[in-house]
Amino acid sequence: MPKSLMKGNEALALAAIKGGCSHFFGYPITPQNEIPEFLARELPKAGGVFLQAESELAAINMVYGAAATGGRAMTSSSSPGIALMQEGMSSLAAAELPSVIVNVQRGGPGIGTIQPSQADYYQMTRGGGNGDYRILSFAPATVQEGAEMMMAAFDLADFYRTPVFIVSDGMLGQMMEPVEFPERPLRTLPEKSWAAVGHGGSRKPNTIKTLVLDPGLLEQKNLRLQEKFTRIAATESRFENYRTDEAELVLCAYGSTARIVKNSIDLLAEEGIKAGLIRPQTLWPFPSSAFQQLPPTCRTILTVEMSCGQMVDDVRLAVNGRLPVAFYGRSGGIIPVPEEIVAHIKVLLGRV
Amino acid sequence: MSVIFAKSKGLTDQETHYCPGCTHGIIQRLVAEVLEELGLLGDTIGCAAVGCSILTYNYLNIDMIESAHGRAPAVATGAKRVHPNKTVFTYQGDGDLASIGTAEIVHVAHRGEKITTIFVNNAIYGMTGGQMAPTTLPGQKVTTAPGGRDVAHSGMPLKVSEMIAQIPGAVYVERVSVHNPRAVRHAKKAIRKGFEYQMAGKGFSLIEVLSTCPTGWGLSPVDSLTWLQENMIPYYPLGVFKTPEEAK
Ligand SMILES: Cc1ncc(C[n+]2csc(CCOP(=O)(O)OP(=O)(O)O)c2C)c(N)n1
Repeated sequence: MPKSLMKGNEALALAAIKGGCSHFFGYPITPQNEIPEFLARELPKAGGVFLQAESELAAINMVYGAAATGGRAMTSSSSPGIALMQEGMSSLAAAELPSVIVNVQRGGPGIGTIQPSQADYYQMTRGGGNGDYRILSFAPATVQEGAEMMMAAFDLADFYRTPVFIVSDGMLGQMMEPVEFPERPLRTLPEKSWAAVGHGGSRKPNTIKTLVLDPGLLEQKNLRLQEKFTRIAATESRFENYRTDEAELVLCAYGSTARIVKNSIDLLAEEGIKAGLIRPQTLWPFPSSAFQQLPPTCRTILTVEMSCGQMVDDVRLAVNGRLPVAFYGRSGGIIPVPEEIVAHIKVLLGRV
Repeated sequence: MSVIFAKSKGLTDQETHYCPGCTHGIIQRLVAEVLEELGLLGDTIGCAAVGCSILTYNYLNIDMIESAHGRAPAVATGAKRVHPNKTVFTYQGDGDLASIGTAEIVHVAHRGEKITTIFVNNAIYGMTGGQMAPTTLPGQKVTTAPGGRDVAHSGMPLKVSEMIAQIPGAVYVERVSVHNPRAVRHAKKAIRKGFEYQMAGKGFSLIEVLSTCPTGWGLSPVDSLTWLQENMIPYYPLGVFKTPEEAK
């Protein structure tokens, strides 16, 4: 299959169609607008429905209604819009409704900027929604990887009965790269016998709900959800290692930042400084196991993010005090350049 | 012996949790009867809202989705867009629909979504213990306006039917009441029309039902019915605000 040159956002949109998306609901916000614009044009041709909602609140609840009735629904937004959707995400997780949510992150807090950022790590892994829940979050670093993660997302959502996040950023969304769309492997998926579609007089009514007033029953439900989250964590956590063999410094970065960090690592190698990268491809579950397999040469960990330091919390938990964990970040929509990361690393290693 | 009244097949055997004299139970019975008579029980998806009626799904013999506070019209939109041939409705209180959910109810009408909304206006937040709603009447004593609603401070109550009727996508809007048997019989006709227009693919229907909240109002069930008649109907006149003919 030939590769085509596509913007990250458009590739995600096409991958959504190829992944089996039937319904899209969303509200305009930069820098993700190419996703709804592409789907407004292309999803109806593929037999699906595109609908612009009156707000992110409405969009996520339309996703909830569509998912509750068996649709393969998605929305996409960017940071402030994702903040508005958090109540809905808690409900989607609680009602176990398969759905896909894309966050093309921009700088915050508040309205912030439309420039790229990774300051929504907490939003995407801790959630702003209430209650004990977890949402499977994928973090692509290339347009190709984003397309592949998106193509698999609807099947995973159906398989586990869970919402799935695709965590992109303004840089990955706007950049163009060659991309191909391989055939999606067929996965046997469970019947949606739980969906509210009308009982047809042939079974007891189905109810999709999250209210459980009895504390004993709610605790049982939460324990059952936790069991599912543990299963997802055991199976779906993913990461990439880059030049970690014999590295004295291991960096940790995801998404766009990971690409920049790879350049920094190559620059350091030219100067004989051995550094490597652990790149989480899932943010939740966080690939903690990657930090169990650090090379014996490793003296220090450095987390690099386009934020003031969020994922670094998970890195510290994974490293659990065995090694020092440092942080370097740029925020507010500033994209770090490889040279500044190199300079920071040299200071950190005392090689200036 | 002839049967003069039987429980609708649209109702389950579950006893409701409603307070004595609350008319939510009557309104839900009407929905059940209409859906049964139209032969729609098996083809309907209901959207329950946050409020006293949240447990509607325990009482109606249909598939239902519980919605976050105010968002039932958005949830119903999602459901209807997946199942354009199924009957979809929302059942919402006045705090849910006229306060936190104003954007969703306006836009479900704006899009002309082919769903039916049953809007239960009891002029108060029942479930949370009797706070002020946008529909609370001037001077009406509620827990968050202990001296009575002061319109200089909180504005005049919102007339939802009048407001929704202005929206081109709304094809049928009627305000009814359930304070006496005649009113109940008429309310049923209005609810039936709301579902019939949906089946005919006409557009969005809203039936506002004036309802009692004896506990929240601090009145006996009988006094509540009188209070509704004497205080609510003058401010919230009954009648049809929009028909499909006018919507054209
Ligand atoms: C987001 C959110 N805010 C507040 C509440 C608390 N709450 C539950 S019911 C309710 C009021 C419902 O009143 P109304 O819609 O008038 O229905 P009624 O109970 O009177 O039938 C509120 C505010 C909630 N559940 N969710």
